[in-house]
Amino acid sequence: MVKTVFGAAILFVMIVVTAYLAFHYAPIEKTMGVIQKIFYLHLPSAFSSFVALGVCFYANLRYVFTREAKWDWLGVSAAEVGLAFISVVLISGPIWAHPVWGIWWTWDARLTLTFVLWLLYMAYLLLRSMLEDPDKRALFSALFGIFAFLDVPLVYFSIRWWRTQHPQPVILGGPGSGLDPRMRVSYLLVWAAFTGLLVLLIDARYKLEAMRAGVEELRREAEVR
Amino acid sequence: MPAASPAGIRFENIDKRYGGLYALRRVSVEIAAGECVVLAGRNGSGKTTLLRIAARLVRPSSGSFTFLDNKKNEMVTGPQTGFVAHATMVYDELTAEENLVLFARLLGIAEPDKRAAQLLEEVGLAERRTSLVRTFSRGMRQRMAIARALLNEPAVLLLDEPATGLDPQGVSWLAGTLRTMRDAGRTIVMSLHGESEMSALGARAIRLEAGSVVADTQTGASLNSILTFAGA
Amino acid sequence: MSLLSNTGALLGKEIRTEFRSRELLPTTVVFIFIVIALFSITLHPTTSESQRLGPGLLWVAFLFAASLMLQPSFLREQNNDTLSALRLSVSDPFAIFFAKLAANTLFLLLTELLMLPFFAAFFNVHILSVFPQLVLVFFLGSLGIAIPGTAFSAISAQARMRELMLPLLLLPLLTPVLIASAEATAALLEADPALPLGALGILIAFDAVFLTALWLFGEYLLEE
Repeated sequence: MVKTVFGAAILFVMIVVTAYLAFHYAPIEKTMGVIQKIFYLHLPSAFSSFVALGVCFYANLRYVFTREAKWDWLGVSAAEVGLAFISVVLISGPIWAHPVWGIWWTWDARLTLTFVLWLLYMAYLLLRSMLEDPDKRALFSALFGIFAFLDVPLVYFSIRWWRTQHPQPVILGGPGSGLDPRMRVSYLLVWAAFTGLLVLLIDARYKLEAMRAGVEELRREAEVR
Repeated sequence: MPAASPAGIRFENIDKRYGGLYALRRVSVEIAAGECVVLAGRNGSGKTTLLRIAARLVRPSSGSFTFLDNKKNEMVTGPQTGFVAHATMVYDELTAEENLVLFARLLGIAEPDKRAAQLLEEVGLAERRTSLVRTFSRGMRQRMAIARALLNEPAVLLLDEPATGLDPQGVSWLAGTLRTMRDAGRTIVMSLHGESEMSALGARAIRLEAGSVVADTQTGASLNSILTFAGA
Repeated sequence: MSLLSNTGALLGKEIRTEFRSRELLPTTVVFIFIVIALFSITLHPTTSESQRLGPGLLWVAFLFAASLMLQPSFLREQNNDTLSALRLSVSDPFAIFFAKLAANTLFLLLTELLMLPFFAAFFNVHILSVFPQLVLVFFLGSLGIAIPGTAFSAISAQARMRELMLPLLLLPLLTPVLIASAEATAALLEADPALPLGALGILIAFDAVFLTALWLFGEYLLEE
C-alpha cells in the first residue's frame, strides 16, 4: 500500500513536470503550431498501449498453460488499461489532424491498425462479460487474446501493402526529423512518465481484480453453507 | 465377449472447482479391476463430475486420476473406456448404422461396418439400422448410447444414471446387459438414483454428498443405507 | 486412427448432415443474395463505380453471411452432447476442427461461387475470363474466414448473446482477409486483369498463421 502511494506520488510529480516541459519548455513547432504538442500525449499513449498488448498476450499464454487465476487478472488489467490508452490515441489523432489536414479521419496504416486494435480489445472485454463461469471466462478470453495478438502483425502488413496499391499522403507521420533538443528531452521524459502511468494503472486494476475474485469466492462458499 | 485386460481406477484427492463452487472435494477412491461399483447421491452431489473425470472429459482442479492394472499398479497406457451419459451422444440426423460406423472409424477399429452391425445385433436394433436416430424412442436411444460405448470393447464402463427414462422392460434389458459385462470381467462404475434392479448388480456402493464421499460399503457402510436416501 | 482418416470420417459426417438437413446452404445463399441486391439498389453504381465499390461490398456480404453460417458449427454438437462423443473417440482433437473448417470452407466457397453470376449481373462486371483466378482468391479468402470462424464458433457456442458474439469476435480479426480478398478481386475485375501476388501472400500467411494457432490451441477450446 505504501509502495503504491509512494509510486503514485512520484508519478504525479513526473506528470506535472513533463506537462510543464511539453507546454512551456519545448518550443512550438514551426509548421504545425501549438497543435503539434498533442504528440506529447498521442505517441506515448500509443507506445503504452502496445506494451499493454504485449503484457496481455504474455498473461494469456501463461494462463492457458498454468491455469493460475493471477494470469487472468493480469490479462484483463492489461486489456482494460490498453483500451484506455488506445482510446486516447484514437481521440487525440483526429484532434490533431483536423486543423492540420482538414479531415478528421483516414484509413492510413497506423490509424487503421489502431482502430482494429481498439476493436479487438473491446471484443476481448465484451467476450468476458458474456461468459459466466470464471474458469471458462479466463480460458476462452485468453485463447481469443492469443488469436487477436497473432492478428496484429497481419493487419499491419496487409494495410501497408494495401497502401502501396493506393498511395495516400501519410498523416501523422513521425515527430519529424531534426528534433529540437528541447523537444527531444521533453519527449523522453513524457515517455517515461506514461510508462510509469501504465505500470501504476495495471497494478491498481490487478489488485482490484484479485480482491473481486476473493469476494466472489467467499460469496459462493457462503451460499453453499 | 471377453473383456480387454481389466483395469482398476484410482481417484486421489480429487478437487473440482467451478469458480468458487466445489463440485468435488478431496475425493479419494480406489476401484479394483473387475469391480462393479454403484455411485449413489442426490443431484449435484458430484456423481456426474466424478464419472466425467474418469472418462477424461473433465480435468480435475487438483489431485490425480489414474488407471490401475489388476496388481494395482499404475497403467502406462490408458485402457479402453466406454462412457454412457444422460445425453445419448449420437447424431439424430444419421442412421443407427451410420452413427456406429462413424464412431468405429474414429476409434480406429478395423472393419468398422462389421463391428457396427455386430453391436446393433447385440443391443437389438438391427432391424432399425437404416432409420435415423431422430425417430427412435427413449429406450432405443439408450441402446444406441450403450452400443456406441461398447464399440472399442472397453475394459472400463462408466455410466451416468443410465436407466433414466427407460420403461421397466428397458431397465431389465439394461440390467441384463450390464450383468453380462460384469461377469465378463469389465470394471463398471455407474451412478444411480436408486432403482433396485440395477443396484443389485453392484457388489460395492459409494455415497457422495456435496462433493465428498460420505459412505462406502468397502469401509463398512450397509448397502441399503447407501442406496436409500431421502429426496432422491 | 490418424489425423487424416479421422478428419475424413468427420468431414463426411459434416457434409452428410448438411445434405440431409439442408439448413445452412440455402439460407446462406439467399442471405448473400439479398445483401448484394440491397447494395446494388441503394448505391446503383455506374460501371466505373461498380468496379471500384463492387469487390469490397461483395466481401462484406460474404463476411456477414459467414458469421451467421459458422454459428451452428459447434452449436449443433451441443445437441445430445455429441461433442463429448467426438472427444472420446478421436485420436487427435485437432481432427474435429480440421473437419469442421474444411466443411465450412467448402460451404462458403460453394455459396460464393453461386453468388458470382448475380454479382456480375447486378454490378455489370465481367467474370468469365478470370474465373479460375477468382476461384483461387475465393478459396484462400474462405479458408481465412473459416479458420478463426470455426475456432470462435466453439467459443461463442458457450457464451451468452452468441449470435452477436461470433461476428463481434470474428470481423475485426478478419481485417487482413477483407482487405486482401477485396483488393485481389478488384484487380481481377479490372479492364486489364492481374492477380496481385501481394494479396495472395497475405491470404496464405493469414491462413498459415491461424491454422497453426488452431492446431496448437484447439484442444483447449474443447474443454468442459
